Amino acid sequence: MSVWDATDFAILRALSRDATQSAGALGRVIGLSQPATWRRIKRLEQAGVLVGRRIELDAESIGFSVTVFLGVKLATKGRVSLEDFERAVTAIPEVQSVQHVLGLYDYRLRVVARDISDFDRVLRRRIMALPGVGNVEANVLLSEERMPGPI
Amino acid sequence: MLNNLDRCILRYLQSDPSAPMAEVAEQCQTQSATVARRLDRLTTRGVLKGQHAVIDWTALGYTAEVSLRFTLDKTNPKAFDDFLKAARHIPQVIAIQTFLGRVDVRLLVIARDMNDYQKLYRNEILNLPHIAELEALMHVATIKTAEALPI
Repeated sequence: MSVWDATDFAILRALSRDATQSAGALGRVIGLSQPATWRRIKRLEQAGVLVGRRIELDAESIGFSVTVFLGVKLATKGRVSLEDFERAVTAIPEVQSVQHVLGLYDYRLRVVARDISDFDRVLRRRIMALPGVGNVEANVLLSEERMPGPI
Repeated sequence: MLNNLDRCILRYLQSDPSAPMAEVAEQCQTQSATVARRLDRLTTRGVLKGQHAVIDWTALGYTAEVSLRFTLDKTNPKAFDDFLKAARHIPQVIAIQTFLGRVDVRLLVIARDMNDYQKLYRNEILNLPHIAELEALMHVATIKTAEALPI
């Protein structure tokens, strides 16, 4: 069913490790010419598989030593309250990602802070002040590994 | 620590990682060569850890994304090590995080559809060692995903 072959997957694996590689350098590793590699990368981009790049920063060395995942349950529901909540929560700079989920919680937030007392400030002043917030569960991130995935 | 120029460069690259040096330099009112030198220094200091491609798994046919939250049986001193080692062998696991809180480990898994997820859940996930408790959050929508740091 897939239009992608093992070479495409090799390109995806390599670029998800290091997106700064040129098509030429990448081609040499996987055994393709520079133009052939370039064409495959373009095809992956056009199909919406490769959606962009992200720079990876060491949060700790910039002074963000705490990452917390919050499970948020809304107290009031309805379409309007979801939209209000989403608009307000995405505007908080310390909130790195927001996911609408099904299960024990309605939303999952990834929040960064300088330290625990800074996190306390974000939680009290920003998160708890969001429209419709009910129950909140916090889990402090200790370690994180990203895996290449099924490619 | 970072100075204002470092902050400006990193802020700009966080929002547009493929921005050409000249553009970054113009935005931060400096020269391309200075930007290049700063980036080199930030890389050497370990602040800038790299750049990776973002893959849209739904475009590759993985339409289901589930967050699995585990509490482990901590009476066994090797529970964490055994569990993490086994989890790394499951190709559909795209991220592994450990926490301080009610949840010990979270696995982010992807599957082609609910049928595929069901198979993964029964054959792989439930076979992971030392599980005390397990709950699943099905991802419905990603509202914010930049994972940018508020620098």
